[in-house]
Amino acid sequence: MDYFAQQLINGLVLGSIYGLIAIGYTMVYGIVGMINFAHGDVFMIGGFIALITFLLLVSTGLTAVPVILLIVILVSMAVTALYGWTIERIAYRPLRHSFRLAPMLSAIGMSFVLTNYSQVAQGARVKPVPPVITGGYTLHESADGFVIQLSNIQIVVVVTTIVLLAIFTWLVSRTRLGRDMRACEQDQTMAALLGVNVDRTISMTFVIGAALAAVAGLMYLLYYGLVDFFMGFVAGIKAFTAAVLGGIGSLPGAMLGGLAIGLIETFWSAYFSVEYKDVAAFSILIVVLIFMPTGLLGRPEVEKV
Amino acid sequence: MKTSSSNTAKAASGIPALLKTAGFNALIALVLFSLMVGVRTEAGSDGQLTYWTRFGEVASLVAAVFGGSIVLELLKQWIGPSGAEKLVPPAVRSGMSFVGSYLAPALLIFTLLVPVIFYDQRYILDLAILVLTYVMLGWGLNVVVGLAGLLDLGYVAFYAVGAYSYALLATNFGWSFWICLPLAGVLAAFWGVLLGFPVLRLRGDYLAIVTLAFGEIIRLVIINWQDLTGGPNGVSSIPRPSFFGIPLDNSDNGLAARLGIEYSPTHRIIFLFYLILALALLTNWVTIRLRRLPIGRAWEALREDEVACRALGINTTTTKLTAFATGAMFGGFAGAFFATRQGFISPESFTFQESALVLAIVVLGGMGSQLGVALAALAMIGGFELFRSLESYRMLVFGMAMVLIMIWRPRGLIGHRAPTVYLTKAHAISSDLVKEGHG
Repeated sequence: MDYFAQQLINGLVLGSIYGLIAIGYTMVYGIVGMINFAHGDVFMIGGFIALITFLLLVSTGLTAVPVILLIVILVSMAVTALYGWTIERIAYRPLRHSFRLAPMLSAIGMSFVLTNYSQVAQGARVKPVPPVITGGYTLHESADGFVIQLSNIQIVVVVTTIVLLAIFTWLVSRTRLGRDMRACEQDQTMAALLGVNVDRTISMTFVIGAALAAVAGLMYLLYYGLVDFFMGFVAGIKAFTAAVLGGIGSLPGAMLGGLAIGLIETFWSAYFSVEYKDVAAFSILIVVLIFMPTGLLGRPEVEKV
Repeated sequence: MKTSSSNTAKAASGIPALLKTAGFNALIALVLFSLMVGVRTEAGSDGQLTYWTRFGEVASLVAAVFGGSIVLELLKQWIGPSGAEKLVPPAVRSGMSFVGSYLAPALLIFTLLVPVIFYDQRYILDLAILVLTYVMLGWGLNVVVGLAGLLDLGYVAFYAVGAYSYALLATNFGWSFWICLPLAGVLAAFWGVLLGFPVLRLRGDYLAIVTLAFGEIIRLVIINWQDLTGGPNGVSSIPRPSFFGIPLDNSDNGLAARLGIEYSPTHRIIFLFYLILALALLTNWVTIRLRRLPIGRAWEALREDEVACRALGINTTTTKLTAFATGAMFGGFAGAFFATRQGFISPESFTFQESALVLAIVVLGGMGSQLGVALAALAMIGGFELFRSLESYRMLVFGMAMVLIMIWRPRGLIGHRAPTVYLTKAHAISSDLVKEGHG
């Protein structure tokens, strides 16, 4: 039971990170109808930028951890968002009316560019960081000495995710930008006729998705204490699985799917085998797409001729 | 469309606007590169992170972006708005078609003569075998992507199934290559159908992700199922192929001894060369024949418009499954050949990058065009060999090329294959003209 509770906590934390990445997939899919294959690599870039900013700040002699974290989160969000904007501008916008496989292939190319760009720029070796947020609470100690730990970093990850999700939900449901986004999702031509700047709205979607991915990258960096140039690929596929599981196009669905994938992966590693945890995640993707293509909270897709 | 026209309008208004655009791009580049390129991090020997700055590199990159955008804008002004049909003089066009109709036979004759011309150059022969392997893979994937229009990102899985089928059957049971080759193809086709079933209902990009996941699952299972596959260590000492039972070695009953000629290790290389050439040509021949059968026409129809296909009574289930199975079978053949050529296989040879490379060959060659795929494989693998020393840069360039080709000529750089049959009085609604042909 204690072991179960501990795995539950670990799974929720991992799920939060996946959920943050999954939001980027689901938003882009909802609005442009393409899988942003490079999104996992945007997450990786976010992790790198967080690492570099962190290193620069520490070397200036700054010691207050909350201040450092605040600056790191802002800088990595801003710069990664610019990456997202540039990617959309270069690789996707010219292809918006091209044949249907073109954006996907362009996205795969972009994913290679980003992976190898970071490898060339930052080297192939894994970059470790010392633990920044330490300490934690012991929730429960059983008679045989098994301790349920809730570390501070886990709290930070979950709280940040909840706060961002709240801000984000407000953004989509209450602001002008959110209304434009929902309008473009339904019908781009009609939205354009009614005075919505479609290009700008789509750009903003990519910007927001990238910023959330940057936060996920930072959280990953803090939680696991490392980044490397190849971490975007697997994390990206899993986050996409999360988005599909939750129902692609649905924001709460993405978060829910992220949590589900995080929990499944953690429990699978804990009770079955660590080696096959990725196989489990990918199998879920296939099974979900076969039996419930609309996911948990998605709307059925109507095929128009 | 909107962007290109607004950009041209901007560019048309003169030098200051030009500089403004370039300056804006340079500013963006500065922000993008300042942290990622400007600060290089590295883990020291004691696990402590260190960094050093590289402002020179950032400056040159930003300058390159500035110069590049000026050149690009000027080019746009000279060439005119993108999307306009370029007028090609009829003489040039007829010349092109003349060259085009003789290119394929000429290329084939040259390929047949490669072992004769380069008999002493082991490196060129090895490279030629590699190119032909990718030509075969490209032609195999072309059935799925080019003809049936199903985006398959996990093609390497079938390549792996073929390679491991041969390797395991040959090392465990001692079966000969010529028995295992068809078996490898059949097994790969079986996996193709197995993958095909669940993905039948999926639309284009969902299909792509599922095939990608499938490819990764196969690779992960190969890595982790150590009892069977040897895990990351792979399978070694895979038997070499024989000339229909006669070994190609230096022994008394080897081919060289039987023919009474002096033994040379090159014989085996040349045999492998003609073997893969034969396999590739078989793939090509089967594809061309299939294209004329109802099933091939159904594939092409499926690529153009799935809904119309169903409305006309084509059974999309069997059509998709046969496409998957046929493509997978050729992948399996190529895999078996790969295993016997290398003599050693490991999961590292079957990563997603490999799938993407084959897919890029098909896309670059112009989906559906056989000659285009062959030329693209030659250009791609040849290009990779040329830049072998620049290991990570070449994948960077490969990615950029993929993006640029999609922007510039999404229907392929070299060829473009229209459907084999179409109404001659075409008020053509092909997929070039419609935004999306669901499939």
